[in-house]
Amino acid sequence: MADSQLASPELSGVEIHGMSRGAFIMRGALVTGAVYGGGMVAPFVRQAIAQSGGGDVDIVNFALTLEYLEAEFYKQGEKLGLSGDVSKLAKQFGDEEQQHVEALSATVEKLGGKAAAKPKFTFPIKDEKSFLKLAVTLEDTGVSAYNGAAPAIESKEVLAAAGSIVQIEARHAAAIRLARKDNPSPDAFDKPLDEEKVLEAVKPLIKS
Amino acid sequence: MKPENRRSEVAHSLPERESALAELSTDPSSRKRFLKMMGGGGAAALAMVVAACGDEKDKGTSSQPASGGAEKSGGGKGDLEIVNYALTLEYLEAAFYKDVAGSGLFKGADLETIKQFGDQEQQHVEALEATVKKLGGKPAAKPKTEFPLEDAKKVLQTAADVENLGAAAYLGQADKIESKEVLAAALSIHTVEARHAAALNTLLGKPNTPDGAFAKPASMDEVLSKVKPFIVG
Repeated sequence: MADSQLASPELSGVEIHGMSRGAFIMRGALVTGAVYGGGMVAPFVRQAIAQSGGGDVDIVNFALTLEYLEAEFYKQGEKLGLSGDVSKLAKQFGDEEQQHVEALSATVEKLGGKAAAKPKFTFPIKDEKSFLKLAVTLEDTGVSAYNGAAPAIESKEVLAAAGSIVQIEARHAAAIRLARKDNPSPDAFDKPLDEEKVLEAVKPLIKS
Repeated sequence: MKPENRRSEVAHSLPERESALAELSTDPSSRKRFLKMMGGGGAAALAMVVAACGDEKDKGTSSQPASGGAEKSGGGKGDLEIVNYALTLEYLEAAFYKDVAGSGLFKGADLETIKQFGDQEQQHVEALEATVKKLGGKPAAKPKTEFPLEDAKKVLQTAADVENLGAAAYLGQADKIESKEVLAAALSIHTVEARHAAALNTLLGKPNTPDGAFAKPASMDEVLSKVKPFIVG
């Protein structure tokens, strides 16, 4: 599909090299986000998780993969020579995503599972402008992914932890949107309005 | 309505705010009054929710869904109380932004942001009213509210306080909601409250993540005691 037809073409340039279930779902989430926008991945994630049927360990490992991606994104962003305020945000957010990585790794192990390996990532960022644009989309994607996955979580404790993390993702999304002079809260609900349409379109991704 | 009139009304009614709901957070009988205001529920059901809120210490032992039977029998009632509690907070937020937008304190981009956030809170009100009805309950009565509207900086600070509290309030209930559908709706509102909170904190030059990497939940008691000064009846 041509970039001009995509809601978030910047997402189509993100590469995830890894074979874990989390990496697989994450790739599908990015494709869904590229086509429909970062805020639209919730139904895909919900469906993909239901399909995998793996329970809390799978869900937390998916969240862990998302946090690996975000932490790595900010780390690479810092190397671009960002300006004062943006650099500060990148450092703060990168640090917070790394704390999410550590908390989720510990959660997987507490649940008796094995923490997913960190995939290799490639990001299409070359300057502050492309960094900020992708940052907004990735944070919106993160919010939507957590909101899509969270209702499937069985353990109340894991759900509370996921809630505590997704609130931070939403705060990052708003702050980075402001830094880009975007609307910090474009919709009244962080969920897609035409969920059925998105689901229908992404079915092939879920089954492949 | 002229902004001056609104401000004088607020000033005039200030002494009353002291008495109304003043004991809410500490006095169980006041809590029952709040429940009546919320509509639909019995005191026992709210007591159950409040007890659950204050029961954080025991949470670690119940991380596995071992209490399946209890959840099935009591879940719906609990959800109804939680949704009406959220609805009450959204009524308050929507009323706040409406008052602020009409106060004449803000212009231009700031006024647009206030109107937009207020519109989003109103959409939350409508969604939650519909959810209550879907659950077979009666939506909470809209509380009468009064907000201090003296100067723009303080109003923005109040907005930030209310939004940060709102985000914490949703987070505090997430693991107590039984219905997956209600949970999905609450989560989709929770992150919008968080966006509002972070945006307002940024405008005020304050940290966008005041709790650090992990947001802290607030219990129903904690939230009610903090919104108490704004509720006059």
